[in-house]
Amino acid sequence: MTPLLDIRDLRLSFRLWSGTVEVLHGISLSIARGERVALVGESGSGKSVTARIILGLIQAMRGARVSGQVLLDGQDLGLLSPRARHGLRGTAMTMIFQDPTSSLNPVLPILHQFREVLARKEPGISVAAAHDRAAAALQEVAIADADRVLGSYPFQLSGGMNQRVMIAMALANRPKLLVADEPGTALDVTVQAQTLDLMRGLVADHGTAVLFISHNLGVVREFADRTFVIYRGRIVEQGPTAAVFADPRHPYTRALMSAQPRLTAVGLPDIPERDPAFGDPMEVHP
Amino acid sequence: MPPLMRQILSRVGISLLVLWGASMLIFVIARVIPGDPARVALGPNATAEQVEALSQALHLDRPILIQYGFWLRDLVQGDLGRSLYTNRPVTQDIAEFLPATLELVFVAALLMVALGMPLGILAARYRGRWPDHLIRVLSLLTVSAPAFVWAVVLMLLFAYFLPIFPIAGRLSEEFAIPRVTGFLTIDSLLAGDLAAFADALHHIILPAVALSLSGIGQAARLTRANMIETYDKPYIEMAQAYGFPESRISRTYAFRPSLIPSLTIIGLDIAALLGNAFLVEAVFGWPGLSRYGVQVILRKDLNAIVGTVLVIAAMFLIVNIIVDILTVLLNPKIRHAEKRG
Amino acid sequence: MLILVANPLTLVGVVLVATVVLAALLADLIAPFPDHRGAVVDFVNFNKPPSVAYIMGTDVVGRDLFSRILYAYRISLLMAVVVLAIAVPIGVALGLVAGYLGGRWEYGLMRLTDIFLAIPPLVLALSILGVMKPTLLNGMIAVTAMWWPWYTRLVYNITRGEKAEGYVLAAEVTGASRFHIMFREILPNCIPALVTKMTLDAGFVILIASSLSFLGLGVQAPTPDLGSMVAEGARYLPDQWWLSVFPGLAILVAVFGFNLVGDGMRDILGGDR
Repeated sequence: MTPLLDIRDLRLSFRLWSGTVEVLHGISLSIARGERVALVGESGSGKSVTARIILGLIQAMRGARVSGQVLLDGQDLGLLSPRARHGLRGTAMTMIFQDPTSSLNPVLPILHQFREVLARKEPGISVAAAHDRAAAALQEVAIADADRVLGSYPFQLSGGMNQRVMIAMALANRPKLLVADEPGTALDVTVQAQTLDLMRGLVADHGTAVLFISHNLGVVREFADRTFVIYRGRIVEQGPTAAVFADPRHPYTRALMSAQPRLTAVGLPDIPERDPAFGDPMEVHP
Repeated sequence: MPPLMRQILSRVGISLLVLWGASMLIFVIARVIPGDPARVALGPNATAEQVEALSQALHLDRPILIQYGFWLRDLVQGDLGRSLYTNRPVTQDIAEFLPATLELVFVAALLMVALGMPLGILAARYRGRWPDHLIRVLSLLTVSAPAFVWAVVLMLLFAYFLPIFPIAGRLSEEFAIPRVTGFLTIDSLLAGDLAAFADALHHIILPAVALSLSGIGQAARLTRANMIETYDKPYIEMAQAYGFPESRISRTYAFRPSLIPSLTIIGLDIAALLGNAFLVEAVFGWPGLSRYGVQVILRKDLNAIVGTVLVIAAMFLIVNIIVDILTVLLNPKIRHAEKRG
Repeated sequence: MLILVANPLTLVGVVLVATVVLAALLADLIAPFPDHRGAVVDFVNFNKPPSVAYIMGTDVVGRDLFSRILYAYRISLLMAVVVLAIAVPIGVALGLVAGYLGGRWEYGLMRLTDIFLAIPPLVLALSILGVMKPTLLNGMIAVTAMWWPWYTRLVYNITRGEKAEGYVLAAEVTGASRFHIMFREILPNCIPALVTKMTLDAGFVILIASSLSFLGLGVQAPTPDLGSMVAEGARYLPDQWWLSVFPGLAILVAVFGFNLVGDGMRDILGGDR
């Protein structure tokens, strides 16, 4: 069966005044329909840019050189016209971000932004219709007081509330793929856990595939079906989550796991040395 | 909206205090500097008795605090004294000349906002590419010369070498409109004289552009800087990730939040137009308050100086208050400071 | 250094400023008619348009405009240096005191600053100058008097922010004197913003000073000054256009140069909000 998302040998480099910086050295990764896949690594490993390349956000930057293929539902995104590619954003693929409150426009009420999101799929949607659809979406994320929330500004709502609003927005147009960039990192642990539970239920209901970007192994373990470990622009280990966690083979993966405190499993893992063994070839679990 | 009203009132209160302080400052400066104002006003041919009489009339022989007291008393009654230059009450002079300056400043402010801001938005949207560079250099250029240089250049280019616009004055001689507000544009519309209206506009354009040019550059640079800062914010990335149309992002999503920090400074720039008006009025022969102000300053006409400066300072403060009100209105955080989610 | 080269506009600014400074310093050598800066009269060659002999034309009494402009640059730069040399230390000191000592100092000084800032800059300078005799010295005094509040406000804002920083608390705990904390600890943190602002202000002082002399309140004849040259020339507009255009462009070149450099400094050193 064709995977929903298929990334083949993705490379990214930036041309700067001082020279060329290579960020991704040939990433390959696939996600099946409805599957939940995690991309794990430290900051600077390239996981965030990978996510943004899928959505087409990096390609517009000056000096960015992208090669390789990204296929959505068998369709090579690189071959699409810019317009067609742009049309996929917010409809077939959506993204949620790290800090929910600062990801929502501070001077516009929630309903305004929600309507804009819904307009991606239904251009020219009326305010009333948008209100109803948005309220329904908010109910799905367990927000009972939809009217109040829709009329509020982000700064008036708590972080957890804004996180749910973001999830609701992301799933409102029934996308095929949801890219979650370190969701909930800015929230406190309990709230984070709740929202992830919520998210898990919802994507299962809608059959949405998820690419989950994180550095938090504990959360990954709970949430993802399969895991890809990325180190400095290369995938070093991949496989079903349970297998990777039970039997980490690559030296880097092992270092990553041992660096995480067991109990709380939050925060960036602190890998002190750059072990040459980290350059070992990729380990694949069947 | 109680908190809004409270803020406005406190702002007005502070402004009045500041205005009072400014009046004292100007008053002191005008009188304390060496030189006998009475003698200067009457000229070298005046007799000693005449100078003496004038000094007494102006209370110049009394201690300065008493002088200030007299002046304050008169002020409360709406009397700013007489101008030794025009030999009329200062209030009358101000009433005659202020509208001309205000009209000029108003059109200039309009140009600043209507041209400067969109250019800034454009520069931010095409950041790093040639429209951005062009706009940046041009803005920097416009703030690099005083308004009178632009007045001279514009007059030469568009009124002399290419005689598109008139060289000086507010209205061509063949028109005569009854004076209602003192604003020729408004008065001509009120009188139903469209030809006069067009003529008034024709006359005001060059001076207004000259006056506003550096303000336009300033507004463009400021708007651009704030837009760029806003573009880096996470909520813009989210808007892009959702594929909102780029024009909507630049006009609504990025512009509104970036307007808030710009507003204060643009307000200051508009108020600064008041200060720069005479540079342009001098070149174009515009009969405004600023030109009057310069004349009285050169003639050490004390009452007129203090009156004029005070009126201009008051206008300045009023503009600041308006800017404050707009800031509060635009920034939902201030408006809703009481509610919490 | 690399940044300077990478940003061509800053480089252009440096070149312009250097040109202006050199023109002023070497006026005696460059000017084709050095004595024209004084009260020379040449009624044969008066009001001549630009030509090979008189690159920028001659003024109403026959003096070479180009030479006079070179000497006028001296006045402009002198203004900038003197005004900043006096206004900046005063403004900075007051800002540090108001920001750090707080309380009545803060209230009193900032209200004073507000009052000075409430009056549009030009108006304030004019009213001070209007009641004094128009000389270069008085011009400098007037401009200085209106300039210091901007530095007070800038430094005040920075100081208020820095007051709560770790290094300040550390210094307080070790018993450093308030003077030491203000001038040795906090002040260095203000320097990047100050340098940027001073560079930009050099241009603005020239601009404001030229506006004042345009109105007849700067140096008096026959000393050449850019603003008053434009004013004189404005009377002969539009036919003898060179009389006001060239001095005006000279102002533009100088201020533009400083602005470009100041902008570059802002990019390197950081904001001066």
